[in-house]
Amino acid sequence: MSSIALPDPELSVLDRREAIVKDLVAIAGVGAVIADDDGRRAYETDAFTAYKRMPLAVVLPETTESVAAVLGYCHANGIKVVPRGAGTSLCGGALPAEDAVVIGVSRMNKVLEVDTVARFARVQTGITNLAISAAVGPSGFFYAPDPSSQLACTLAGNIAMNSGGAHCLKYGVTTNNVLGVKMVMMDGSIVEIGGEHLDAEGYDFLALIIGSEGQLGIVTEATVRILRQAEGARPMLIGFESTAKASICVSRIIASGIVPVAIEFMDRPAIEVCEAFAKAGYPLDVEALLIVEVEGSEEEIADRLAYIAGLAQEVGPSSLVISADDAQSAKIWKGRKSAFGAIGRKADYLCMDGTIPLSQLTYVLEEISNICKRYGLGVANVFHAGDGNLHPLIMYDANDPRQAERAEQAGADILRLCVAAGGCLTGEHGVGIEKRDLMRVQFSDMDLAQQMRIKSLFDERWLLNPAKVFPLDGRPLPASRPAEPAIAAE
Amino acid sequence: MSEILKPAADWELKSILAQLGEQNLPVEIVGAGTKRAIGHPVMAAAVITTASLRGISLYEPTELVMSARAGTPVSQVEAELASRGQMLPFEPLDYGPALASRPGLQTIGAVFATNNSGSRRITVGSARDHLIGVRGVNGRAEIFKSGGRVMKNVTGYDVARGLTGSWGTLAVLTEVTFKVAPLPDDVATIVYSGLPEDLAIELMSLAMGTPYEVSGTVHLTPAHAARIATPPLAGETTSLTALRVENFMKSVRYRKGRLIETLKAYGQPVELDLEASLGFWGEIRRMAFAPASDAILWRVSTSPRKAAELVATLRRHMPVEATYDWSGGLVWLEIPDCADAGAADIRRAVAIAGGHSTLIRAREAVRREVEVFQPQAPAIEKLSRGLKQAFDPRGLLNPGRMYQTM
Repeated sequence: MSSIALPDPELSVLDRREAIVKDLVAIAGVGAVIADDDGRRAYETDAFTAYKRMPLAVVLPETTESVAAVLGYCHANGIKVVPRGAGTSLCGGALPAEDAVVIGVSRMNKVLEVDTVARFARVQTGITNLAISAAVGPSGFFYAPDPSSQLACTLAGNIAMNSGGAHCLKYGVTTNNVLGVKMVMMDGSIVEIGGEHLDAEGYDFLALIIGSEGQLGIVTEATVRILRQAEGARPMLIGFESTAKASICVSRIIASGIVPVAIEFMDRPAIEVCEAFAKAGYPLDVEALLIVEVEGSEEEIADRLAYIAGLAQEVGPSSLVISADDAQSAKIWKGRKSAFGAIGRKADYLCMDGTIPLSQLTYVLEEISNICKRYGLGVANVFHAGDGNLHPLIMYDANDPRQAERAEQAGADILRLCVAAGGCLTGEHGVGIEKRDLMRVQFSDMDLAQQMRIKSLFDERWLLNPAKVFPLDGRPLPASRPAEPAIAAE
Repeated sequence: MSEILKPAADWELKSILAQLGEQNLPVEIVGAGTKRAIGHPVMAAAVITTASLRGISLYEPTELVMSARAGTPVSQVEAELASRGQMLPFEPLDYGPALASRPGLQTIGAVFATNNSGSRRITVGSARDHLIGVRGVNGRAEIFKSGGRVMKNVTGYDVARGLTGSWGTLAVLTEVTFKVAPLPDDVATIVYSGLPEDLAIELMSLAMGTPYEVSGTVHLTPAHAARIATPPLAGETTSLTALRVENFMKSVRYRKGRLIETLKAYGQPVELDLEASLGFWGEIRRMAFAPASDAILWRVSTSPRKAAELVATLRRHMPVEATYDWSGGLVWLEIPDCADAGAADIRRAVAIAGGHSTLIRAREAVRREVEVFQPQAPAIEKLSRGLKQAFDPRGLLNPGRMYQTM
């Protein structure tokens, strides 16, 4: 696939590669620099695997100071930098460039402090999402955002993308759970913003940094809120003969005054694949399945599930099953969280991430199905229904370039549909390169200019994570070479 | 007397700001003006109020989302929400009574512009956490939007949230879109009397460490407690420590019982039913503990671990009455009127404890001299200056309100 334009590398930087690598070794130490072909190849892409670029070099520092020294060097020498967590980005957010140094935070993965009285954890950001909860779990606490890739993805990546997860309906996304950061700016200076307290002072720089896709700085440490685990949690499975009925059920639950901790939605293709993978007891004879989870004591759970079951009965479900025990609950979630992986075993796919107002759900799902039919492609839907964050998985054969291109086109059409329905291009995966050229579908030039001025404030020369988020044309500074016209997937 | 401008549409505000910009005339930005006495006095020939930008433009109870124009009174927003059994989960404070203006006037735009969150912030998040979209006009007289009306949105930078807590110094918000939540079926409060501050914070932190989703934790020192008028707490002469649980009825009963049991070492609490609970937490929201007076009022945000020690340190220099919210992470300090409003001592103590402090109430002459908002570290000040430049390069909007030279 190649319909997303990527700038040609700067030859003047490529020519200096050997000298740059030598300098990086001198700054960060030989053990921290990867410069050989095989080593670099492991970093040439992220989870948006259709695009690959061999990085100039990879540096894996072990301290904030080392990150600062490398960034300071790159800044002084006009070398671009691509920050990297675990490389699980689904939108090419961590895609390297041939003339850019990748700085990975994966070796900075320590828990620095846990305070269950003031309820925070201070960690290095190379820690995986799940490892934070694992570290505070024995004391009965957890870190709330839970993206599906939580076993692998780093907090650094979560901060860059403002990651969500299945349980953010109740607990919010990354930006609602980070209290403070230590960040290295592109010029190598280190800033600390926020802290252990619940509201950071002055202008809300945390809001700007979280979700800035690694374009404002490299966050090396963070103080995150930890929450006390609920006494228990249990999901129920509600199957419907149509997506329309399922979406009515979602609206009824929310309007009734209950906010479950999660409401997940799967359509038939997704159910089949996930059930085959997880053997979770998903019903196979329904068109749409809701996983609704509530929390509390045994009695509270029973009471709420019964209430929700009552609401669901009014809509006429085809099946309604309450998880029998913790083992089945675990399987139900395993099925949901491995949906992408399980579908990936069956076909290559592009995962879209638009969010829509819930009231538009039935219409949008029908249109998604029509769009994919038009391009002759299959689609599976598995997403967070409670907050309208869709994840249509467009299936195609990556070995067939024409199919691959059609998949990208179908994806772009779906995202335009989401915006037209009152929603947005991306709910939790980020813009990266994937949706960069669609930004004008959602934003006016003035909206984008306001965002780009913030980018320039933090990184005047646009060296950090270049060619992402904003369309290549219309940037405030001329790129190092004339920008290529952005080829939107039309 | 300043000229008062009342734009009724985005384009009208844009054209006013363009004209002011051409003449380099700074302007004060207000909603209803209930928090006008917070911050350095703004020196400007004109005032723009959002009062004519009024009305709820979108409300979808089944999506838990509302959009309102910035000048819509919070009272109107909450009445509309209540009619569908919903609420503003972060229960913004009403500074009116503490700052000698009437209660109930505050606008929804100002709630977000000042990131104003009440007691429930500790469980559900702040005003800023609930904001999902804005429209506004920046100091360049450009109309812009950020975010949208959906709950989850990471498209581009989070400019909407970035504007919360900027006190009208970066842009004038014209419309805000935010998440709302269902009203709980039932509310109960348990109140402990006579606990010293350190024990009270220990109790509140323990309560927050239970799985019972305590949604409010406050401690009032005796003089503050004495101002509470809700029966059966009226006339209390000792300190009060209150914990709130909210949910469906069965759950509230269960959780209240579990909390009392878990915390029995701290004594037998008084139990407030639904009505008394609404009364008490309503008083906290209206800051009944610190009604308008000459006394200085500070807002300190710190770690719950450090709060009691911080106040004890200050008492060596001055008499202090305090109300602790957010299980001790938010401290309202009331001290007698004095020349520097106690800034030197308070800032020194906060520097040691960590966190920040804002001067909420003091005479205008004092607010002219004292840094009202927490002074910034040099690296952050540089960023703040840059951000101001990015939104309002001519320095038209609320000049000096947050930082004297910005």
